[in-house]
Amino acid sequence: MTQVEHPPAQLAGFMLVDEDPEHHRFRVHRDTMTSEQVFRDELERIFQRCWLYVGHESEVRNPGDYVRRPVGNRPVFMVRGVKSGKVHVFHNTCTHRGAVVCRQKSGNTKVFQCFYHAWTFDSEGQLKGVPGREAYGEKLDFDALALKAVARVESYRGFVFACFDPGAAPLVDYLAGAREYLDLIVDSADGDMEIIKGTNEYCVEANWKLLAENSVDGYHALPTHDTYFKYLVALGTDLSGGVAGTSHDLGNGHTVLEYAAPWGRPIAKWEPLFGEHARDEIAGLRAQLVAKYGEARAARMADTNRNMLIFPNLVVNDIMAVTVRTFMPSAPGRMDVTAWEMAPRGELPQLRQRRLDSFLTFLGPAGFATPDDVEALESCQQGFNSGGVEWNDISRGMAREPHGDDEAQMRVFWRRWAERMGSAGHLAVGR
Amino acid sequence: MSAATELDLATLDRAAVEDFLYREAALLDEWDLDGWLTLWAEHGTRYVVPCNDTPDGDPAQDLVLIDDDELRMRLRVERLNSRKAHREYPHSRTNHQVYNVVLGSPVDGDLPVTASFTVWRFRNGKASYYVGRYHYRLVVERGEPRIRSKRAVLDMTELRPAGDLAIIL
Repeated sequence: MTQVEHPPAQLAGFMLVDEDPEHHRFRVHRDTMTSEQVFRDELERIFQRCWLYVGHESEVRNPGDYVRRPVGNRPVFMVRGVKSGKVHVFHNTCTHRGAVVCRQKSGNTKVFQCFYHAWTFDSEGQLKGVPGREAYGEKLDFDALALKAVARVESYRGFVFACFDPGAAPLVDYLAGAREYLDLIVDSADGDMEIIKGTNEYCVEANWKLLAENSVDGYHALPTHDTYFKYLVALGTDLSGGVAGTSHDLGNGHTVLEYAAPWGRPIAKWEPLFGEHARDEIAGLRAQLVAKYGEARAARMADTNRNMLIFPNLVVNDIMAVTVRTFMPSAPGRMDVTAWEMAPRGELPQLRQRRLDSFLTFLGPAGFATPDDVEALESCQQGFNSGGVEWNDISRGMAREPHGDDEAQMRVFWRRWAERMGSAGHLAVGR
Repeated sequence: MSAATELDLATLDRAAVEDFLYREAALLDEWDLDGWLTLWAEHGTRYVVPCNDTPDGDPAQDLVLIDDDELRMRLRVERLNSRKAHREYPHSRTNHQVYNVVLGSPVDGDLPVTASFTVWRFRNGKASYYVGRYHYRLVVERGEPRIRSKRAVLDMTELRPAGDLAIIL
Protein backbone atom coordinates (compact mmCIF):
# COMPACT_ATOMS: atom_id res chain seq x y z
CA MET A 1 0.00 0.00 0.00
CA THR A 2 1.32 3.43 -0.92
CA GLN A 3 2.23 5.56 2.05
CA VAL A 4 1.23 9.16 2.19
CA GLU A 5 4.04 11.52 1.53
CA HIS A 6 3.11 14.11 4.05
CA PRO A 7 3.84 17.54 2.67
CA PRO A 8 5.28 20.00 5.14
CA ALA A 9 2.57 21.53 7.22
CA GLN A 10 2.40 25.18 6.28
CA LEU A 11 -0.80 26.13 7.95
CA ALA A 12 -1.51 25.83 11.58
CA GLY A 13 -4.03 23.07 11.44
CA PHE A 14 -4.54 19.46 10.55
CA MET A 15 -4.77 17.27 7.48
CA LEU A 16 -8.11 17.03 5.73
CA VAL A 17 -7.20 13.46 4.90
CA ASP A 18 -6.33 11.67 8.10
CA GLU A 19 -4.76 8.21 7.94
CA ASP A 20 -4.15 6.31 11.14
CA PRO A 21 -3.01 2.78 10.24
CA GLU A 22 -2.38 1.89 13.85
CA HIS A 23 -6.07 2.25 14.61
CA HIS A 24 -7.20 1.00 11.19
CA ARG A 25 -8.78 4.36 10.60
CA PHE A 26 -8.86 6.46 7.45
CA ARG A 27 -11.04 9.50 7.40
CA VAL A 28 -11.68 12.51 5.21
CA HIS A 29 -12.84 15.82 6.55
CA ARG A 30 -16.18 16.93 5.13
CA ASP A 31 -14.75 20.37 4.38
CA THR A 32 -13.21 18.63 1.35
CA MET A 33 -16.77 18.39 0.02
CA THR A 34 -18.25 21.71 1.05
CA SER A 35 -15.55 24.37 1.26
CA GLU A 36 -15.28 27.10 -1.38
CA GLN A 37 -11.60 27.48 -0.54
CA VAL A 38 -10.92 23.78 -1.10
CA PHE A 39 -12.79 24.01 -4.43
CA ARG A 40 -10.69 26.97 -5.58
CA ASP A 41 -7.51 25.19 -4.52
CA GLU A 42 -8.59 22.08 -6.41
CA LEU A 43 -9.05 24.06 -9.61
CA GLU A 44 -5.52 25.37 -9.26
CA ARG A 45 -3.68 22.39 -7.84
CA ILE A 46 -5.51 19.51 -9.48
CA PHE A 47 -7.41 20.56 -12.58
CA GLN A 48 -4.73 22.98 -13.80
CA ARG A 49 -1.96 20.46 -13.33
CA CYS A 50 -3.28 16.96 -14.02
CA TRP A 51 -3.86 15.33 -17.39
CA LEU A 52 -7.58 15.59 -18.17
CA TYR A 53 -9.53 13.52 -20.67
CA VAL A 54 -10.63 15.43 -23.77
CA GLY A 55 -12.12 12.80 -26.04
CA HIS A 56 -11.44 9.80 -28.19
CA GLU A 57 -9.68 9.85 -31.54
CA SER A 58 -12.62 8.02 -33.13
CA GLU A 59 -14.71 11.14 -32.57
CA VAL A 60 -12.48 12.98 -35.06
CA ARG A 61 -11.74 10.12 -37.42
CA ASN A 62 -11.55 12.17 -40.63
CA PRO A 63 -9.39 15.22 -41.45
CA GLY A 64 -11.31 18.33 -40.42
CA ASP A 65 -13.57 16.50 -37.92
CA TYR A 66 -13.98 18.40 -34.70
CA VAL A 67 -15.78 18.27 -31.35
CA ARG A 68 -16.23 21.16 -28.97
CA ARG A 69 -16.47 20.66 -25.21
CA PRO A 70 -15.26 22.08 -21.93
CA VAL A 71 -12.20 20.52 -20.33
CA GLY A 72 -11.41 21.59 -16.79
CA ASN A 73 -14.26 24.12 -17.15
CA ARG A 74 -12.52 25.78 -20.09
CA PRO A 75 -14.05 25.78 -23.56
CA VAL A 76 -11.71 23.94 -25.92
CA PHE A 77 -12.12 21.99 -29.13
CA MET A 78 -10.43 18.95 -30.58
CA VAL A 79 -9.85 18.85 -34.33
CA ARG A 80 -7.98 16.58 -36.71
CA GLY A 81 -5.80 18.74 -38.93
CA VAL A 82 -6.59 18.48 -42.64
CA LYS A 83 -2.94 18.75 -43.67
CA SER A 84 -1.15 17.01 -40.81
CA GLY A 85 -3.76 14.41 -39.77
CA LYS A 86 -2.75 15.30 -36.20
CA VAL A 87 -5.28 15.71 -33.40
CA HIS A 88 -5.07 19.23 -31.96
CA VAL A 89 -6.77 20.63 -28.90
CA PHE A 90 -7.16 24.41 -29.06
CA HIS A 91 -8.39 26.97 -26.59
CA ASN A 92 -11.72 28.00 -28.07
CA THR A 93 -11.02 31.71 -28.32
CA CYS A 94 -10.09 34.01 -31.14
CA THR A 95 -6.57 35.38 -30.76
CA HIS A 96 -7.88 38.77 -31.88
CA ARG A 97 -10.47 39.83 -29.31
CA GLY A 98 -11.65 36.63 -27.68
CA ALA A 99 -14.88 35.31 -29.20
CA VAL A 100 -15.21 31.54 -29.47
CA VAL A 101 -14.23 30.33 -32.92
CA CYS A 102 -15.76 26.83 -32.80
CA ARG A 103 -19.48 27.39 -32.40
CA GLN A 104 -20.93 24.00 -33.26
CA LYS A 105 -20.84 20.99 -30.98
CA SER A 106 -19.29 18.82 -33.66
CA GLY A 107 -18.78 18.71 -37.40
CA ASN A 108 -16.25 18.77 -40.20
CA THR A 109 -14.61 21.89 -41.56
CA LYS A 110 -11.52 23.21 -43.28
CA VAL A 111 -11.63 26.55 -41.48
CA PHE A 112 -12.85 28.11 -38.27
CA GLN A 113 -13.98 31.63 -38.83
CA CYS A 114 -14.60 33.94 -35.92
CA PHE A 115 -17.93 35.62 -36.70
CA TYR A 116 -17.03 38.78 -34.81
CA HIS A 117 -14.38 40.23 -37.18
CA ALA A 118 -14.08 37.27 -39.56
CA TRP A 119 -10.55 36.21 -38.65
CA THR A 120 -10.13 32.76 -40.16
CA PHE A 121 -8.03 29.86 -38.90
CA ASP A 122 -7.34 26.56 -40.64
CA SER A 123 -7.71 23.16 -38.99
CA GLU A 124 -4.04 23.28 -37.91
CA GLY A 125 -4.75 26.53 -36.07
CA GLN A 126 -2.87 28.84 -38.48
CA LEU A 127 -4.33 32.29 -39.02
CA LYS A 128 -5.24 32.35 -42.70
CA GLY A 129 -7.57 35.27 -43.13
CA VAL A 130 -7.72 38.79 -41.66
CA PRO A 131 -10.13 41.19 -43.37
CA GLY A 132 -8.36 44.42 -44.26
CA ARG A 133 -4.91 43.06 -43.51
CA GLU A 134 -3.34 46.16 -45.09
CA ALA A 135 -4.53 48.15 -42.09
CA TYR A 136 -1.92 46.39 -39.93
CA GLY A 137 1.72 47.41 -39.82
CA GLU A 138 4.17 45.27 -41.77
CA LYS A 139 6.06 44.19 -38.65
CA LEU A 140 3.06 42.55 -36.93
CA ASP A 141 3.72 38.81 -36.65
CA PHE A 142 0.52 37.11 -37.83
CA ASP A 143 2.04 33.65 -37.31
CA ALA A 144 2.09 34.38 -33.59
CA LEU A 145 -1.65 34.95 -33.76
CA ALA A 146 -2.40 31.31 -34.55
CA LEU A 147 -4.98 29.53 -32.40
CA LYS A 148 -3.50 28.70 -29.04
CA ALA A 149 -3.10 24.99 -28.43
CA VAL A 150 -3.58 23.69 -24.90
CA ALA A 151 -0.13 23.51 -23.29
CA ARG A 152 0.13 19.71 -23.53
CA VAL A 153 -1.89 17.32 -25.67
CA GLU A 154 -1.05 13.63 -25.84
CA SER A 155 -3.00 10.49 -26.49
CA TYR A 156 -2.78 6.89 -25.40
CA ARG A 157 -4.42 4.10 -27.43
CA GLY A 158 -6.91 6.61 -28.84
CA PHE A 159 -7.73 8.37 -25.53
CA VAL A 160 -6.82 12.04 -25.95
CA PHE A 161 -5.77 13.97 -22.87
CA ALA A 162 -4.76 17.58 -22.33
CA CYS A 163 -2.89 19.29 -19.55
CA PHE A 164 -2.77 23.02 -18.88
CA ASP A 165 0.60 22.70 -17.12
CA PRO A 166 3.45 22.92 -19.67
CA GLY A 167 5.81 21.28 -17.20
CA ALA A 168 3.71 18.16 -16.59
CA ALA A 169 5.26 14.70 -16.90
CA PRO A 170 4.42 12.85 -20.14
CA LEU A 171 0.97 11.24 -20.32
CA VAL A 172 2.34 7.68 -20.44
CA ASP A 173 4.15 8.26 -17.16
CA TYR A 174 1.13 9.94 -15.64
CA LEU A 175 -1.15 7.02 -16.54
CA ALA A 176 1.22 4.56 -14.82
CA GLY A 177 -0.56 1.26 -14.12
CA ALA A 178 -3.79 2.48 -15.73
CA ARG A 179 -2.19 1.90 -19.14
CA GLU A 180 -2.47 -1.86 -18.84
CA TYR A 181 -6.19 -1.61 -18.15
CA LEU A 182 -6.75 0.66 -21.13
CA ASP A 183 -4.74 -1.88 -23.15
CA LEU A 184 -7.05 -4.68 -22.00
CA ILE A 185 -10.06 -2.84 -23.38
CA VAL A 186 -8.48 -1.71 -26.62
CA ASP A 187 -6.71 -5.02 -27.33
CA SER A 188 -9.92 -6.96 -26.74
CA ALA A 189 -11.39 -5.06 -29.69
CA ASP A 190 -8.34 -5.58 -31.87
CA GLY A 191 -7.35 -1.99 -31.35
CA ASP A 192 -10.44 -0.58 -33.05
CA MET A 193 -12.72 1.05 -30.51
CA GLU A 194 -15.15 3.84 -31.25
CA ILE A 195 -17.34 6.21 -29.30
CA ILE A 196 -21.00 5.51 -30.06
CA LYS A 197 -23.17 8.47 -31.11
CA GLY A 198 -25.23 9.89 -28.25
CA THR A 199 -23.85 11.59 -25.14
CA ASN A 200 -25.11 11.50 -21.57
CA GLU A 201 -24.73 15.02 -20.22
CA TYR A 202 -26.24 15.21 -16.80
CA CYS A 203 -25.66 16.95 -13.52
CA VAL A 204 -25.34 15.97 -9.88
CA GLU A 205 -25.73 18.44 -7.05
CA ALA A 206 -22.92 16.95 -5.05
CA ASN A 207 -19.17 17.25 -4.72
CA TRP A 208 -17.24 15.73 -7.63
CA LYS A 209 -15.15 13.50 -5.37
CA LEU A 210 -18.29 11.66 -4.31
CA LEU A 211 -18.60 10.40 -7.87
CA ALA A 212 -14.92 9.44 -7.95
CA GLU A 213 -15.60 7.31 -4.88
CA ASN A 214 -18.93 5.98 -6.14
CA SER A 215 -17.51 4.89 -9.50
CA VAL A 216 -15.23 2.36 -7.81
CA ASP A 217 -17.44 1.53 -4.82
CA GLY A 218 -18.32 -2.15 -4.64
CA TYR A 219 -19.83 -1.78 -1.17
CA HIS A 220 -22.86 0.25 -2.29
CA ALA A 221 -23.91 -2.00 -5.16
CA LEU A 222 -26.33 -4.30 -3.36
CA PRO A 223 -28.15 -1.86 -1.09
CA THR A 224 -28.31 1.02 -3.59
CA HIS A 225 -29.01 -0.97 -6.74
CA ASP A 226 -31.51 -3.53 -5.54
CA THR A 227 -33.95 -2.63 -8.32
CA TYR A 228 -31.26 -3.03 -10.97
CA PHE A 229 -30.32 -6.52 -9.82
CA LYS A 230 -34.03 -7.41 -9.77
CA TYR A 231 -34.19 -6.19 -13.35
CA LEU A 232 -31.27 -8.41 -14.36
CA VAL A 233 -32.85 -11.41 -12.69
CA ALA A 234 -36.15 -10.67 -14.45
CA LEU A 235 -34.27 -10.73 -17.75
CA GLY A 236 -32.94 -14.17 -16.88
CA THR A 237 -29.39 -13.32 -15.81
CA ASP A 238 -27.96 -15.76 -13.30
CA LEU A 239 -26.24 -13.70 -10.61
CA SER A 240 -25.27 -16.67 -8.47
CA GLY A 241 -21.66 -16.51 -9.69
CA GLY A 242 -21.25 -13.33 -7.63
CA VAL A 243 -18.95 -10.37 -8.09
CA ALA A 244 -15.96 -11.44 -6.01
CA GLY A 245 -12.87 -9.43 -6.76
CA THR A 246 -10.26 -7.05 -5.53
CA SER A 247 -8.87 -3.59 -6.11
CA HIS A 248 -5.45 -2.43 -7.23
CA ASP A 249 -3.44 0.71 -6.69
CA LEU A 250 -2.33 1.71 -10.19
CA GLY A 251 -0.09 4.57 -9.05
CA ASN A 252 -0.54 8.35 -9.26
CA GLY A 253 -3.98 8.12 -7.65
CA HIS A 254 -5.41 5.78 -10.29
CA THR A 255 -7.17 2.68 -9.07
CA VAL A 256 -9.23 -0.21 -10.37
CA LEU A 257 -11.76 -2.71 -9.10
CA GLU A 258 -11.45 -6.03 -10.90
CA TYR A 259 -14.18 -8.59 -10.26
CA ALA A 260 -16.03 -11.57 -11.64
CA ALA A 261 -18.87 -10.98 -14.13
CA PRO A 262 -21.90 -13.11 -13.36
CA TRP A 263 -23.54 -11.58 -16.43
CA GLY A 264 -22.59 -11.88 -20.07
CA ARG A 265 -20.05 -9.64 -21.79
CA PRO A 266 -20.12 -8.84 -25.51
CA ILE A 267 -16.38 -9.60 -25.40
CA ALA A 268 -16.53 -12.48 -24.82
CA LYS A 269 -18.73 -14.29 -22.33
CA TRP A 270 -22.00 -15.65 -23.63
CA GLU A 271 -25.20 -15.75 -21.60
CA PRO A 272 -28.68 -16.85 -22.70
CA LEU A 273 -29.79 -13.22 -22.98
CA PHE A 274 -27.53 -12.79 -26.02
CA GLY A 275 -29.55 -15.40 -27.88
CA GLU A 276 -28.47 -18.73 -29.35
CA HIS A 277 -27.51 -17.10 -32.64
CA ALA A 278 -24.76 -15.11 -30.90
CA ARG A 279 -23.28 -18.11 -29.15
CA ASP A 280 -20.92 -19.16 -31.93
CA GLU A 281 -19.92 -15.60 -32.62
CA ILE A 282 -18.92 -15.02 -29.00
CA ALA A 283 -17.11 -18.36 -28.83
CA GLY A 284 -15.22 -17.30 -31.95
CA LEU A 285 -14.31 -13.91 -30.43
CA ARG A 286 -13.03 -15.67 -27.36
CA ALA A 287 -10.96 -18.17 -29.36
CA GLN A 288 -9.36 -15.25 -31.20
CA LEU A 289 -8.47 -13.57 -27.91
CA VAL A 290 -6.93 -16.79 -26.57
CA ALA A 291 -4.92 -17.29 -29.77
CA LYS A 292 -3.66 -13.72 -29.65
CA TYR A 293 -3.09 -13.08 -25.97
CA GLY A 294 -3.00 -16.51 -24.29
CA GLU A 295 -5.53 -18.09 -21.98
CA ALA A 296 -4.87 -15.98 -18.88
CA ARG A 297 -5.05 -12.54 -20.49
CA ALA A 298 -7.97 -13.58 -22.68
CA ALA A 299 -9.87 -14.76 -19.60
CA ARG A 300 -9.30 -11.39 -17.93
CA MET A 301 -10.58 -9.59 -21.01
CA ALA A 302 -13.63 -11.79 -21.32
CA ASP A 303 -14.65 -12.79 -17.81
CA THR A 304 -13.82 -9.89 -15.51
CA ASN A 305 -15.35 -6.47 -15.02
CA ARG A 306 -13.12 -3.53 -14.35
CA ASN A 307 -14.14 -0.21 -12.83
CA MET A 308 -11.19 2.13 -13.23
CA LEU A 309 -10.69 5.62 -11.89
CA ILE A 310 -7.96 7.66 -13.54
CA PHE A 311 -7.09 10.56 -11.26
CA PRO A 312 -8.67 13.00 -10.98
CA ASN A 313 -11.92 12.75 -12.95
CA LEU A 314 -11.97 10.02 -15.58
CA VAL A 315 -13.76 6.73 -15.15
CA VAL A 316 -13.41 3.93 -17.66
CA ASN A 317 -15.65 1.06 -16.66
CA ASP A 318 -15.61 -2.16 -18.63
CA ILE A 319 -18.67 -3.98 -17.33
CA MET A 320 -21.40 -5.23 -19.70
CA ALA A 321 -20.63 -2.18 -21.76
CA VAL A 322 -17.69 0.20 -21.69
CA THR A 323 -18.28 3.66 -20.34
CA VAL A 324 -15.96 6.64 -20.57
CA ARG A 325 -17.16 9.15 -18.01
CA THR A 326 -15.71 12.44 -16.91
CA PHE A 327 -17.02 14.88 -14.33
CA MET A 328 -16.10 18.41 -13.45
CA PRO A 329 -17.11 20.56 -10.51
CA SER A 330 -18.68 23.94 -11.13
CA ALA A 331 -19.02 24.54 -7.37
CA PRO A 332 -18.24 22.55 -4.20
CA GLY A 333 -21.73 21.05 -4.29
CA ARG A 334 -22.29 20.59 -8.01
CA MET A 335 -20.71 18.71 -10.91
CA ASP A 336 -21.39 18.21 -14.58
CA VAL A 337 -21.09 14.61 -15.70
CA THR A 338 -20.43 13.65 -19.31
CA ALA A 339 -20.47 10.01 -20.34
CA TRP A 340 -19.90 8.20 -23.59
CA GLU A 341 -20.24 4.59 -24.61
CA MET A 342 -17.29 2.91 -26.25
CA ALA A 343 -17.56 -0.22 -28.37
CA PRO A 344 -15.62 -2.20 -30.95
CA ARG A 345 -16.17 -0.73 -34.40
CA GLY A 346 -18.20 -2.96 -36.67
CA GLU A 347 -19.33 -5.45 -34.04
CA LEU A 348 -22.34 -7.67 -34.73
CA PRO A 349 -25.64 -5.78 -34.53
CA GLN A 350 -27.10 -8.13 -31.88
CA LEU A 351 -24.02 -7.66 -29.66
CA ARG A 352 -24.16 -3.91 -30.19
CA GLN A 353 -27.84 -3.96 -29.24
CA ARG A 354 -27.12 -5.87 -26.04
CA ARG A 355 -24.29 -3.49 -25.23
CA LEU A 356 -26.52 -0.47 -25.79
CA ASP A 357 -29.25 -2.01 -23.61
CA SER A 358 -26.77 -2.71 -20.82
CA PHE A 359 -25.37 0.79 -20.91
CA LEU A 360 -28.62 2.67 -20.85
CA THR A 361 -30.28 0.48 -18.22
CA PHE A 362 -27.32 0.52 -15.82
CA LEU A 363 -25.10 3.49 -16.58
CA GLY A 364 -27.46 5.99 -18.15
CA PRO A 365 -29.12 8.85 -16.23
CA ALA A 366 -32.54 7.43 -17.15
CA GLY A 367 -31.65 3.84 -16.35
CA PHE A 368 -32.34 1.57 -13.42
CA ALA A 369 -29.19 2.40 -11.42
CA THR A 370 -27.53 5.76 -12.10
CA PRO A 371 -30.48 7.86 -10.85
CA ASP A 372 -30.11 6.10 -7.51
CA ASP A 373 -26.39 6.89 -7.44
CA VAL A 374 -27.29 10.51 -8.13
CA GLU A 375 -29.71 10.37 -5.21
CA ALA A 376 -27.05 8.83 -2.95
CA LEU A 377 -24.46 11.47 -3.80
CA GLU A 378 -26.90 14.35 -3.39
CA SER A 379 -28.09 12.81 -0.16
CA CYS A 380 -24.49 12.79 1.16
CA GLN A 381 -24.06 16.42 0.17
CA GLN A 382 -27.27 17.33 1.99
CA GLY A 383 -26.09 15.34 5.00
CA PHE A 384 -22.80 17.26 5.09
CA ASN A 385 -24.75 20.49 5.42
CA SER A 386 -26.31 19.17 8.58
CA GLY A 387 -22.97 19.54 10.32
CA GLY A 388 -22.35 17.89 13.67
CA VAL A 389 -20.28 15.14 12.02
CA GLU A 390 -16.95 16.38 10.74
CA TRP A 391 -15.42 13.31 9.09
CA ASN A 392 -16.32 10.66 6.52
CA ASP A 393 -15.03 7.20 7.42
CA ILE A 394 -13.26 5.32 4.64
CA SER A 395 -11.62 2.59 6.74
CA ARG A 396 -13.30 -0.50 5.32
CA GLY A 397 -10.81 -3.29 4.66
CA MET A 398 -7.76 -1.58 6.18
CA ALA A 399 -6.78 -4.67 8.10
CA ARG A 400 -6.95 -7.18 5.25
CA GLU A 401 -6.03 -7.71 1.63
CA PRO A 402 -8.58 -5.55 -0.14
CA HIS A 403 -11.81 -7.16 -1.25
CA GLY A 404 -13.79 -5.68 -4.10
CA ASP A 405 -16.30 -4.23 -1.68
CA ASP A 406 -13.68 -2.61 0.54
CA GLU A 407 -12.60 1.01 0.36
CA ALA A 408 -8.89 0.62 -0.41
CA GLN A 409 -9.43 2.07 -3.89
CA MET A 410 -10.95 5.22 -2.41
CA ARG A 411 -7.99 5.58 -0.08
CA VAL A 412 -5.71 5.45 -3.15
CA PHE A 413 -7.64 8.37 -4.62
CA TRP A 414 -7.65 10.38 -1.40
CA ARG A 415 -3.93 9.94 -0.74
CA ARG A 416 -3.17 11.34 -4.15
CA TRP A 417 -5.67 14.12 -3.64
CA ALA A 418 -3.91 15.08 -0.40
CA GLU A 419 -0.51 15.02 -2.12
CA ARG A 420 -1.71 17.20 -4.96
CA MET A 421 -3.38 19.65 -2.62
CA GLY A 422 -0.26 19.96 -0.48
CA SER A 423 -0.67 22.67 2.09
CA ALA A 424 -4.19 23.36 0.81
CA GLY A 425 -5.10 19.91 2.05
CA HIS A 426 -4.74 21.22 5.56
CA LEU A 427 -7.54 22.74 7.47
CA ALA A 428 -6.57 25.89 9.30
CA VAL A 429 -7.79 25.76 12.83
CA GLY A 430 -10.53 28.25 13.44
CA ARG A 431 -11.32 28.75 9.76
CA MET B 1 -55.41 -3.76 -42.35
CA SER B 2 -59.07 -4.53 -41.76
CA ALA B 3 -61.74 -2.02 -42.67
CA ALA B 4 -62.90 -2.00 -39.04
CA THR B 5 -59.51 -0.78 -37.81
CA GLU B 6 -59.45 1.94 -40.43
CA LEU B 7 -62.87 3.03 -39.30
CA ASP B 8 -61.85 3.13 -35.66
CA LEU B 9 -58.71 5.08 -36.41
CA ALA B 10 -60.74 7.41 -38.57
CA THR B 11 -62.97 8.27 -35.63
CA LEU B 12 -59.97 9.37 -33.63
CA ASP B 13 -60.10 13.11 -34.14
CA ARG B 14 -57.95 15.66 -32.41
CA ALA B 15 -60.35 16.12 -29.52
CA ALA B 16 -60.37 12.37 -28.84
CA VAL B 17 -56.58 12.20 -29.09
CA GLU B 18 -56.18 15.17 -26.75
CA ASP B 19 -58.54 13.58 -24.23
CA PHE B 20 -56.46 10.43 -24.39
CA LEU B 21 -53.16 12.29 -23.96
CA TYR B 22 -54.56 14.28 -21.04
CA ARG B 23 -55.66 11.02 -19.45
CA GLU B 24 -52.12 9.67 -19.85
CA ALA B 25 -50.67 12.85 -18.32
CA ALA B 26 -53.07 12.61 -15.37
CA LEU B 27 -52.14 8.98 -14.68
CA LEU B 28 -48.45 9.86 -14.71
CA ASP B 29 -49.00 12.85 -12.43
CA GLU B 30 -51.04 10.71 -10.05
CA TRP B 31 -48.26 8.09 -10.06
CA ASP B 32 -50.81 5.50 -11.19
CA LEU B 33 -48.19 3.77 -13.29
CA ASP B 34 -50.06 0.47 -13.45
CA GLY B 35 -52.95 2.44 -14.90
CA TRP B 36 -50.51 4.07 -17.32
CA LEU B 37 -49.39 0.64 -18.54
CA THR B 38 -52.99 -0.19 -19.52
CA LEU B 39 -52.88 2.65 -22.06
CA TRP B 40 -50.40 0.71 -24.18
CA ALA B 41 -51.17 -1.57 -27.12
CA GLU B 42 -50.90 -5.29 -26.58
CA HIS B 43 -47.94 -5.92 -28.84
CA GLY B 44 -44.89 -4.25 -30.31
CA THR B 45 -44.76 -1.35 -27.87
CA ARG B 46 -41.77 0.94 -27.52
CA TYR B 47 -40.98 3.96 -25.35
CA VAL B 48 -37.86 5.84 -26.42
CA VAL B 49 -36.08 9.01 -25.26
CA PRO B 50 -32.99 9.89 -27.34
CA CYS B 51 -29.95 11.63 -25.86
CA ASN B 52 -30.15 15.40 -25.89
CA ASP B 53 -27.36 15.76 -28.45
CA THR B 54 -28.80 13.19 -30.88
CA PRO B 55 -32.53 13.92 -31.27
CA ASP B 56 -32.61 11.61 -34.29
CA GLY B 57 -30.87 8.82 -32.34
CA ASP B 58 -31.66 5.28 -33.45
CA PRO B 59 -31.80 2.90 -30.46
CA ALA B 60 -30.40 0.09 -32.61
CA GLN B 61 -27.15 1.95 -33.26
CA ASP B 62 -26.89 4.97 -31.02
CA LEU B 63 -26.85 5.51 -27.30
CA VAL B 64 -30.25 6.75 -26.11
CA LEU B 65 -31.56 7.62 -22.66
CA ILE B 66 -34.52 5.23 -22.69
CA ASP B 67 -35.35 2.35 -25.01
CA ASP B 68 -38.11 0.32 -23.35
CA ASP B 69 -39.93 -2.57 -24.92
CA GLU B 70 -42.95 -4.07 -23.17
CA LEU B 71 -40.88 -6.00 -20.62
CA ARG B 72 -38.54 -3.15 -19.74
CA MET B 73 -41.44 -0.73 -19.45
CA ARG B 74 -43.16 -3.08 -17.02
CA LEU B 75 -39.92 -3.46 -15.02
CA ARG B 76 -39.45 0.32 -15.02
CA VAL B 77 -42.93 0.67 -13.51
CA GLU B 78 -42.23 -2.07 -10.95
CA ARG B 79 -39.04 -0.27 -10.00
CA LEU B 80 -40.76 3.10 -9.65
CA ASN B 81 -43.56 1.53 -7.60
CA SER B 82 -41.07 0.02 -5.16
CA ARG B 83 -39.51 1.87 -2.27
CA LYS B 84 -36.07 1.08 -3.63
CA ALA B 85 -36.01 3.39 -6.60
CA HIS B 86 -34.22 5.80 -4.30
CA ARG B 87 -34.23 8.70 -6.73
CA GLU B 88 -38.01 8.54 -6.78
CA TYR B 89 -38.73 7.56 -3.21
CA PRO B 90 -40.45 9.60 -2.11
CA HIS B 91 -41.87 10.40 -5.53
CA SER B 92 -41.45 13.75 -7.19
CA ARG B 93 -44.53 15.79 -7.82
CA THR B 94 -44.86 16.13 -11.56
CA ASN B 95 -46.99 18.11 -13.95
CA HIS B 96 -47.15 16.75 -17.50
CA GLN B 97 -48.38 19.46 -19.88
CA VAL B 98 -49.33 18.46 -23.43
CA TYR B 99 -50.16 20.89 -26.23
CA ASN B 100 -49.69 21.70 -29.94
CA VAL B 101 -51.25 18.35 -30.78
CA VAL B 102 -51.01 17.48 -34.47
CA LEU B 103 -52.48 14.35 -36.09
CA GLY B 104 -50.79 12.81 -39.11
CA SER B 105 -52.21 10.40 -41.68
CA PRO B 106 -52.51 6.75 -40.66
CA VAL B 107 -49.50 4.57 -41.52
CA ASP B 108 -49.81 0.77 -41.41
CA GLY B 109 -52.82 0.99 -39.11
CA ASP B 110 -51.12 3.40 -36.70
CA LEU B 111 -52.04 7.04 -36.26
CA PRO B 112 -48.97 9.28 -35.96
CA VAL B 113 -49.47 12.10 -33.47
CA THR B 114 -47.02 14.75 -32.39
CA ALA B 115 -47.43 17.04 -29.41
CA SER B 116 -45.30 19.44 -27.43
CA PHE B 117 -44.66 18.69 -23.79
CA THR B 118 -43.40 20.42 -20.71
CA VAL B 119 -42.94 18.15 -17.72
CA TRP B 120 -42.26 19.85 -14.43
CA ARG B 121 -40.69 17.84 -11.63
CA PHE B 122 -40.59 19.08 -8.04
CA ARG B 123 -38.74 17.30 -5.28
CA ASN B 124 -36.86 18.33 -2.15
CA GLY B 125 -37.46 21.99 -2.87
CA LYS B 126 -35.94 21.69 -6.33
CA ALA B 127 -37.84 22.44 -9.53
CA SER B 128 -36.72 20.97 -12.82
CA TYR B 129 -38.26 20.73 -16.25
CA TYR B 130 -38.19 18.65 -19.38
CA VAL B 131 -39.27 20.32 -22.61
CA GLY B 132 -39.65 18.70 -25.99
CA ARG B 133 -41.93 16.99 -28.43
CA TYR B 134 -43.73 13.67 -28.27
CA HIS B 135 -43.96 11.45 -31.33
CA TYR B 136 -46.73 8.91 -30.81
CA ARG B 137 -48.06 6.06 -32.86
CA LEU B 138 -51.60 5.39 -31.63
CA VAL B 139 -53.83 2.44 -32.45
CA VAL B 140 -57.37 1.51 -31.54
CA GLU B 141 -57.85 -1.74 -29.67
CA ARG B 142 -61.27 -2.90 -28.47
CA GLY B 143 -62.66 0.50 -29.26
CA GLU B 144 -60.08 2.39 -27.15
CA PRO B 145 -57.07 4.41 -28.22
CA ARG B 146 -53.81 2.75 -27.22
CA ILE B 147 -50.14 3.72 -27.51
CA ARG B 148 -48.06 1.62 -29.87
CA SER B 149 -44.98 3.74 -29.49
CA LYS B 150 -43.94 6.95 -27.83
CA ARG B 151 -40.76 8.85 -28.52
CA ALA B 152 -40.04 11.87 -26.35
CA VAL B 153 -37.47 14.13 -28.01
CA LEU B 154 -35.97 16.67 -25.62
CA ASP B 155 -35.33 20.21 -26.79
CA MET B 156 -32.87 21.00 -24.01
CA THR B 157 -29.34 20.84 -25.45
CA GLU B 158 -28.20 18.94 -22.34
CA LEU B 159 -29.97 17.02 -19.60
CA ARG B 160 -28.03 19.00 -16.97
CA PRO B 161 -30.75 21.50 -15.99
CA ALA B 162 -32.93 18.55 -14.97
CA GLY B 163 -30.12 16.50 -13.45
CA ASP B 164 -31.28 12.98 -14.36
CA LEU B 165 -34.37 11.37 -15.88
CA ALA B 166 -35.74 8.96 -13.30
CA ILE B 167 -39.39 9.81 -14.02
CA ILE B 168 -41.49 8.86 -17.04
CA LEU B 169 -42.00 11.67 -19.54
